Amino acid sequence: MTNTIETQTRPSLSTQQLEVSIGPQHPSTHGVFRMNVVLDGETIVKLKPVMGYLHRNHEQLAENMSWLGSMPYTDRLDYFCSMTNNIAYALAVEKLMGIDVPERAQYIRVIMAELTRLVNHTALVGFLLNDLGAFFTPVLYAFREREKILDLFESVAGSRMMCNYMRFGGVKLDLPDGFVDCAKAIVDNYPPFLEEMERLLTKNEILMARCQNVGILLKDLAVNASVTGPVLRASGVNYDIRKIDKYGIYDRFDFKVPLGTVGDVYDRYYVRILEMRESLKILRQAFKELSAGPVISQKGLIAAKSPRNMKVPAGDAYGRIEAPKGELGFYIVSEGGTKPYRYHVRAPSFINLTILEDMCLGHKVADAIIILGSIDIVLGEVDR
Amino acid sequence: MWGTGVLKGMAVTIKNFFDTYTSKNGIFTVEYPEKRLPEKERFRNFPILVYDEKPEELRCVACDICAKECPPKCITIVKAKDAQGKPLKQPEVFDIDFTVCMNCGICEETCPFDAIYMDHEFELAEYDRMDALIYKKERLSRPWTHFEKIRPTDAKEINERRAKDATKTAAAVKPAPPQASNQQT
Amino acid sequence: MIQLEEVKAELEKSLGVQTELSGSGLLVPKSRLLDVFKFLKENAKYQMDYISNLCAVDYLKQSQIEIVYHLYSMRNKTGPIGIKVRTDRQDCIVPSATPLFRGAEFQEREAFDLYGVKFEGHTDLRRILMWDGFEGFPMRKDYVHEDEDRYVEHP
Repeated sequence: MTNTIETQTRPSLSTQQLEVSIGPQHPSTHGVFRMNVVLDGETIVKLKPVMGYLHRNHEQLAENMSWLGSMPYTDRLDYFCSMTNNIAYALAVEKLMGIDVPERAQYIRVIMAELTRLVNHTALVGFLLNDLGAFFTPVLYAFREREKILDLFESVAGSRMMCNYMRFGGVKLDLPDGFVDCAKAIVDNYPPFLEEMERLLTKNEILMARCQNVGILLKDLAVNASVTGPVLRASGVNYDIRKIDKYGIYDRFDFKVPLGTVGDVYDRYYVRILEMRESLKILRQAFKELSAGPVISQKGLIAAKSPRNMKVPAGDAYGRIEAPKGELGFYIVSEGGTKPYRYHVRAPSFINLTILEDMCLGHKVADAIIILGSIDIVLGEVDR
Repeated sequence: MWGTGVLKGMAVTIKNFFDTYTSKNGIFTVEYPEKRLPEKERFRNFPILVYDEKPEELRCVACDICAKECPPKCITIVKAKDAQGKPLKQPEVFDIDFTVCMNCGICEETCPFDAIYMDHEFELAEYDRMDALIYKKERLSRPWTHFEKIRPTDAKEINERRAKDATKTAAAVKPAPPQASNQQT
Repeated sequence: MIQLEEVKAELEKSLGVQTELSGSGLLVPKSRLLDVFKFLKENAKYQMDYISNLCAVDYLKQSQIEIVYHLYSMRNKTGPIGIKVRTDRQDCIVPSATPLFRGAEFQEREAFDLYGVKFEGHTDLRRILMWDGFEGFPMRKDYVHEDEDRYVEHP
């Protein structure tokens, strides 16, 4: 009986595509981000990212403020790595002003940048596993380590996440007593943690089955789509601004740029683990070479005491650094006044999203979630 | 063999589970209201105004620098006037809108009179959203001893500098002018 | 490091494009922008295959909007060099770089959203950060701000 009904109805059964809006309030979108997805069954045939829910026109705020005034606002761009945001902005303005940064301040900047990289990558590995369904165990292990570094930031800058630590021509305050010992202890305890994380995850069959060959991004497309950071390096493109521009004092450090081969989610995960090991190397070297001296140049000190009167010579400059999420650039135009004429942020996670659709097509919904997770977006930076 | 990776991972989680009972560093969190983490000296939250002896005599001279430097513009200052309408070197109104303040610490950095500092107090709550969160000068003022308690290293440095400046100005200008002008660097 | 004068001379020789140095970049005439991109991308010497940054600048006094591109070569590891193009503020149309560089897609949408620059040839030019029904272009220098709402009483 049933058989005959099925055979009768089957030819006329028509399927239709389903439009689903994932987000804006969704635990897997890492903030208020929406993906408008067209599904055929569970397979994605079309995906349009929708953003701007956190838009506050950061660029215009900065254009109506003194040069230093927007420094605390850069903390709020990518709130996981406020230190690197500060460095990038300071670098662009220093380029335009032509002021030097003292030796010790340069080392402090490197230490902070690499600690930030550890914070970001550790947290990301945890969150990626959250997206995969390993609910909160890896995140809490990651946060345990992240917390220690945030405590360091608090002892240096006064705030755990909104550091506001860099100034034009140096840093705000010198390192407090005992900082280097604390930081050294954390750096020494990091490899066991990374090994534990790897034992937990790297060879885990479920993780491999879910991540390998998912969301493959080919080399040429990645370059063409301006993808940066670990996502690009996972695709096998050797592009690390620390190596290329050698901004600050990065030419003094001995580190490798880990590259992926396939360009899938697994590679992006593994490149980050390897990058953390390289960061530890840089940190150890920086602690060894850190010497006494001033932390801010005289010109910078005067500017920091009276930001309202600080003038930047007319011109334009593009300063970029290798932030944990990719190339973070600040394009700044000055007309010689006390405010920037134009202030543009080249936000890495915003531009990395360009290619999200191409990576997700043909995959299942659950894979789209981890592909998004592997890009590592922070909505404060995407929406600005 | 398929599955060994998962088992190894399980071993890690089990080890972490037992570590919370056995290892000294197993439990990382602190049971907050009863126990507290040691405060970091540089920790900054909302600003306070300091006074030396009497709460009415703030160090602030109402120069309006912090209000102008404040990136989100959360400070409102009105200069006090005496009976003849001559402006005095103290604020009549000093309001900080705590809904707007973002704890960046730029006011502290730019103040030339050592008058405004960032406090450690973070357990704040109000019943009203609008007026109660605009803190007036009376609620913002704290004695200098409070600052010495929360940030001993900075306080020592500032005290030394102020003492040096005071002797310098006293030597340069005789007789020494009262109050605020001897704090000018 | 690539010298801008060298690029300028090269562009003049090979394409016959008159460019001028402007700040940290080369000002290219709007009509030849895509030719310049194509040349820089395909020329064996430069191979600028990567667009690092794209942003618009509003010059209210000259009544012009400038689009700044930063190109970089992944193969040669050189750059970035700035390419600038100027367009009229009222009739703000610039050829889109998306056919050559996918990476320009969202950045052009952002420039359209905040400055109202229309990129000809962009397949999906919509607002990206502001909402769809929004009127005006908030980053333009003559955009009228809403009043400061600091002490507004809410009912």
